[in-house]
Amino acid sequence: MMLALNGDEAVAYAVKQSNVDVIAAFPITPQTIIVEKLSEYVANGELKAYYACAESEHSAISMIVGASAAGARTFTATSANGLALMHEILYIVSSLRLPVVMAIVNRALSGPINIHTDHGDSMAERDACWIQIYCEDAQEAYDTVIQAFRIGENHKVLLPVMVMLDGFLISHTTQNVDVLEDEKVSNFVKHRIPAEIEVFGKKVPLTLNPENEVPLTFGPLDLWDYYFEHKRQQEDAMEKSREVIRKVHDEYAKISGRSYGNGFIETYNMDSAEYAFICLSSTAGTVKSLIDKLISKGDDKLGLVRIRTFRPFPYEELPKALEGVKGVAVLDRSGAFGAMGGPVYNEVRSALYDSDVHPFINGYIYGLGGRDMTMEMLKSIYDDLVETVKSGKPKRKIEFVGVRE
Amino acid sequence: MIEIRFHGRGGQGAWTAVQILARAAIREGMYVQSFPEFGPEREGAPIRAYARISKEPIRIHCGIYNPDIVVVLDHTLLKSVPVTSGLKENGALVLNIPEKYLEQYIDKMKGPHDIWFLDATSLAVKILGRGITNTAMLGALLKAREVIPLKTMLETTREIFLERFSEEIARKNIELIKEAYKEVKKVE
Repeated sequence: MMLALNGDEAVAYAVKQSNVDVIAAFPITPQTIIVEKLSEYVANGELKAYYACAESEHSAISMIVGASAAGARTFTATSANGLALMHEILYIVSSLRLPVVMAIVNRALSGPINIHTDHGDSMAERDACWIQIYCEDAQEAYDTVIQAFRIGENHKVLLPVMVMLDGFLISHTTQNVDVLEDEKVSNFVKHRIPAEIEVFGKKVPLTLNPENEVPLTFGPLDLWDYYFEHKRQQEDAMEKSREVIRKVHDEYAKISGRSYGNGFIETYNMDSAEYAFICLSSTAGTVKSLIDKLISKGDDKLGLVRIRTFRPFPYEELPKALEGVKGVAVLDRSGAFGAMGGPVYNEVRSALYDSDVHPFINGYIYGLGGRDMTMEMLKSIYDDLVETVKSGKPKRKIEFVGVRE
Repeated sequence: MIEIRFHGRGGQGAWTAVQILARAAIREGMYVQSFPEFGPEREGAPIRAYARISKEPIRIHCGIYNPDIVVVLDHTLLKSVPVTSGLKENGALVLNIPEKYLEQYIDKMKGPHDIWFLDATSLAVKILGRGITNTAMLGALLKAREVIPLKTMLETTREIFLERFSEEIARKNIELIKEAYKEVKKVE
């Protein structure tokens, strides 16, 4: 069914269909519409879930910890400073192996205070052991939220999942969103089945429930004796999630007819490309429009590799996708003060180091605080990249695009 | 792809207008984007709202700088807001303005585009009892450029106003759109 929904509404719609048990949230621009819609769905009986109004994001995610540990399917959403306030608890969620799903409507972190999009908020949490999937538009946000429950709750994974969409550009832009029937989604996501754990020779559900045959404690002290092993297990779960992300993506493609590359990266016009852009989220759509425009003018040398899954990072897929390319422009919508470049730039360079694929790689930081990224600006980056390759001199410095200097 | 920019003041319903337009276009099987000006909105302050309508899926995600159509909900904006900025050649400028003020602004509005005008405020006061002009200007817009059929616009308006308000308000807005469609004139 084709609806007119903005990104936030699309996320709320997906959550409504996904058999969620508990939602706890605190409203913050530009995430607000998600939680407004969900509270409306719960209030009018369309969604049979427990909705908790928290007094802060720290409390919202803490309530979610309790609910998820008790075995509930949980959802929350936030942006920017709300996410920063959750920071402490994010690590607890992942270390307790709670498959929480959270939508992040990307917004620039204060200060100075700003409500518009950049990726500084979620990039600051990239090492919190949450799976991170960045969506290009409202349709993908809808599709990905549904997939996220299946990914996180898989017993090989048991990790929380963040689903990112760009503030305003996606969250507040109404577009065509094709939603699936309730029943189809329900059959796909089913209900959460907690994992089982063997304790004293008995199999008990891995939930915080005093009525368990063997009651369990969650989050006790864990010093030099086991902490490191638990962290190692988190890394192991992240690696195992790759297969699950791919399977869930492919299975969802079968019921919806929609897929996003291989679930990790999506390529566009890479067969004939000599130059490639690498970016996340909505900017990829504008890059595709530029590529189409260039092709219509007879230039088919620019391609795109959009990174959809940033955690776990697709380090094996990237070199393959970039084979034969002379120059790569990596676009970062977040700052990295004092670093060699933005987070995407650094990880892409690292992924290529041990491969046989060694194009020129320029890093461009753009769009901080919602500064628009237009097709003209993208074209100027393309020109700059071609120039770098022709001159044979790598830039090895970060360019800032669209800023007054 | 057609790109449209609405100028209005906070509270005049420019954002609602582009949402109605988007839903109507989807009903026609087209692809759309509609978005408000992404800033803190204040009642009475100049604001903009945007729409893209296309037969093909829309991938671009940036601002609209060269619209095909500009719609102005309030002629008092004409003094301070450069409403023709970036308007494409052969585009259309659709103004809510009483005819007596047209002369005062017409030179400033002229360009390689056509200009349409309607006293939508008076029409809205007559039909709705309030000077809310967003739906009237959707009627005027469709006369200037038939981006979607009038019939589809009326059906969508009815649907949205029934969801949000009442049968009576839906009926009056439909009447207003029809009247506006009839009465809007092109500057020759």
